[in-house]
Amino acid sequence: MTVAAHGYAPAASDRWRRLALAFSDSRNLLGLVFMLPAAALLIVFLAYPLGLGLWLGFTDANLGSTGRFTGIANYLSLAGDPVYWLSVSNTILYTVIASAAKFFLGLWLALLLNQNVPFKAFVRAIVLLPWIVPTVLSAIAFWWIYDTQFSVITWALKGLGLIDGSIDFLGNGTNARISVIVANVWRGIPFVAISLLAGLQTIPGSLYEAATLDGASSYQRFRYITLPMLTPIIAVVMTFSVLFTFTDFQLIYVLTRGGPVNTTHLMATLAFQRAIPGGRLGEGAALASSMIPFLVAAVMFSYYGLQRRKWQQGTRD
Amino acid sequence: MTNRRDVIKLGAGAGLVLGAGGLIKPRRAAAQSLNLKPEPGAKLRVLRWKRFVQGDEVNWLATTKKYADANNIEIRVDSENWEDVRPKAAVAAQVGSGPDIIIGTNDDPQKFPSKLVDVSDVAEYLGAKYGGWYDVCKRYGQRDGKWIALPMGAAGACLVHRKSHIQKAGFEEIPKDTANFLKLCQALHKNGTPAGFALGHATGDGNTWCHWALWSHGGMVVNPKNEVVLDSPETVAALEYVKQLYATFVPGTLSWLDPSNNKAFLSGECSLTNNGISVYYAAKTSDAPAMQEMAKDIYHANFPVGPVGRPTEFNLMFQAFVFQYTKFPNAAKDYLRFMWEREQFVPWMEASIGYVSHPLKAYEDAPVWTADPKATPYRDSVKVMLDNGYSGTLGEASAAVISDFVVVDMFASVCAGSASPKEAAKAAAEKAKRIYKA
Repeated sequence: MTVAAHGYAPAASDRWRRLALAFSDSRNLLGLVFMLPAAALLIVFLAYPLGLGLWLGFTDANLGSTGRFTGIANYLSLAGDPVYWLSVSNTILYTVIASAAKFFLGLWLALLLNQNVPFKAFVRAIVLLPWIVPTVLSAIAFWWIYDTQFSVITWALKGLGLIDGSIDFLGNGTNARISVIVANVWRGIPFVAISLLAGLQTIPGSLYEAATLDGASSYQRFRYITLPMLTPIIAVVMTFSVLFTFTDFQLIYVLTRGGPVNTTHLMATLAFQRAIPGGRLGEGAALASSMIPFLVAAVMFSYYGLQRRKWQQGTRD
Repeated sequence: MTNRRDVIKLGAGAGLVLGAGGLIKPRRAAAQSLNLKPEPGAKLRVLRWKRFVQGDEVNWLATTKKYADANNIEIRVDSENWEDVRPKAAVAAQVGSGPDIIIGTNDDPQKFPSKLVDVSDVAEYLGAKYGGWYDVCKRYGQRDGKWIALPMGAAGACLVHRKSHIQKAGFEEIPKDTANFLKLCQALHKNGTPAGFALGHATGDGNTWCHWALWSHGGMVVNPKNEVVLDSPETVAALEYVKQLYATFVPGTLSWLDPSNNKAFLSGECSLTNNGISVYYAAKTSDAPAMQEMAKDIYHANFPVGPVGRPTEFNLMFQAFVFQYTKFPNAAKDYLRFMWEREQFVPWMEASIGYVSHPLKAYEDAPVWTADPKATPYRDSVKVMLDNGYSGTLGEASAAVISDFVVVDMFASVCAGSASPKEAAKAAAEKAKRIYKA
């Protein structure tokens, strides 16, 4: 027995060694193992909550009960809800206008910052401030700025003798929509500007020199060098910018809570209102899930619409 | 959001405290009659709404510590903005984990009754000892005949006003009826000292006065059978009344959130609004001489009675409830019993200068209601109020009507001119039907 046991042990050890060697030689297997921690994190913190949210949207779950499967009842109910459609149109309006404004102003700022300005590093750091300040804090600042009684804008305009009464920034639908969009743009510009600035700095100066020697105007340099070279960055930046804007919550929650008369309710704020304070988890989840197609469409547009590889390579699409 | 956390731990000399504390002994005896013996080594976590007046929190924490020390247990009290307590309670109910006790608002416990500990023994004990609970407390705290929560009282909403401005407008005091109240607001507007009531998504102040306006004219969201009856001539009458009232308001009320009227009132921009006693408290305790001067001119009055001929106030109710996942149900219930006993509750009301109106009838004689006559109008806040589900039952649907601002938005849409009273009543009724049908 002892001899047999001794004879068996090296064989087993050899097999394990061979397995270990095969394992370390297999790039696929090793890659899989290395990916596992990241995959686990994504599954636990991303895929599971997303899956649960989607599932809740198909149930009549409320606070305290897991609910029953009700198929698309929540979605049918939302389809007949004018407040839901108002929130959809508000969200689209908010996203389109704010994203476009952030892009143009951000690009303009990036081009300015790309010039040789004095105290370049300091100015760039200052530009980032609105992005660094926590959203809730900047939202509270805007809450004061937009206050009917205490607005600094009203105060200044009154002081200059330009107006007599108070400006009702958040008191009617149109003003409130414009006000929240302005606040969002103020907060989002630095992200776009700094990201595009990083992109601008990767464009080789020799291209501009060559173009200048060829007699290209500044518009032509921008149109045929800057823009094509910047397009991949624009695609990524605008994808994120659109996503952030579409899913905005804090600004609205602090400034208006969706009022007046739901004119500033976004899908995210309405979903929260229905699911948590309102207690209707299923309906809130369905509402939140209904944002997904819009988000996917926005990503598709940004990604495929802007990342035109042939154009970047200097040929026509 | 700001968290305030206090950890109260048992002192080593708990036994000595027990022996020395003359007040503790009778209360322990009372608890024994309920057969509530806190579990040895119990650790309780309490989540409550963050104080509106400093005295409330100081007193609450000190009394909690007294109880924890006397019973050799640990109690941690977390405070959060009252609107943030509701989602926390919801999550606790959903996941089955979190604070042992939550002191929430309105019909929170009615949304997840099956998750809560039956506190009937404590409620019946307190009711029998202190003259009974006001009727509205039973509607809020009971479900299917058993108590699922202990009503703590309500943050009464009264008409906070500048007396000198009211007098200048030709009225000695706030009128007792809605018709003359409108005349007062018109006179205030004419004098440049207008009234202002929140019409934005102000969960507390907006819902409070808008429900009063609706109910005072006989309108209601649902009837006792939970059938939506909001689209009614009474609702239209209420909307027409508020439209006239709105014309007299300080600009900007359509965007007002809960803190807005406090700011406007204390800055002198508005002379009449609805609020708890906190505006007066802020002025009275301010170091600024101008504020102290203003405090002398601040008075309170109850809402006027409308065509229905009886008070129809709506106030923010606070309720304490214990989750079934707690490992220490007896400690939780006994702690609540202790805090609700007269020896603790009345001093707490005093420390809160009457911010919370009592739920038990015997506390009517609390000195806080007479020591400063300005607090007296808040005394009957619970006695005269209706619940937010009126006149149907409380539960998910009634909570959703409040959280979706169905009534506030109905009034706001008329005031903003985006809908006629009839259109607004119809649209709001449709919203309510969706909620009650779900």
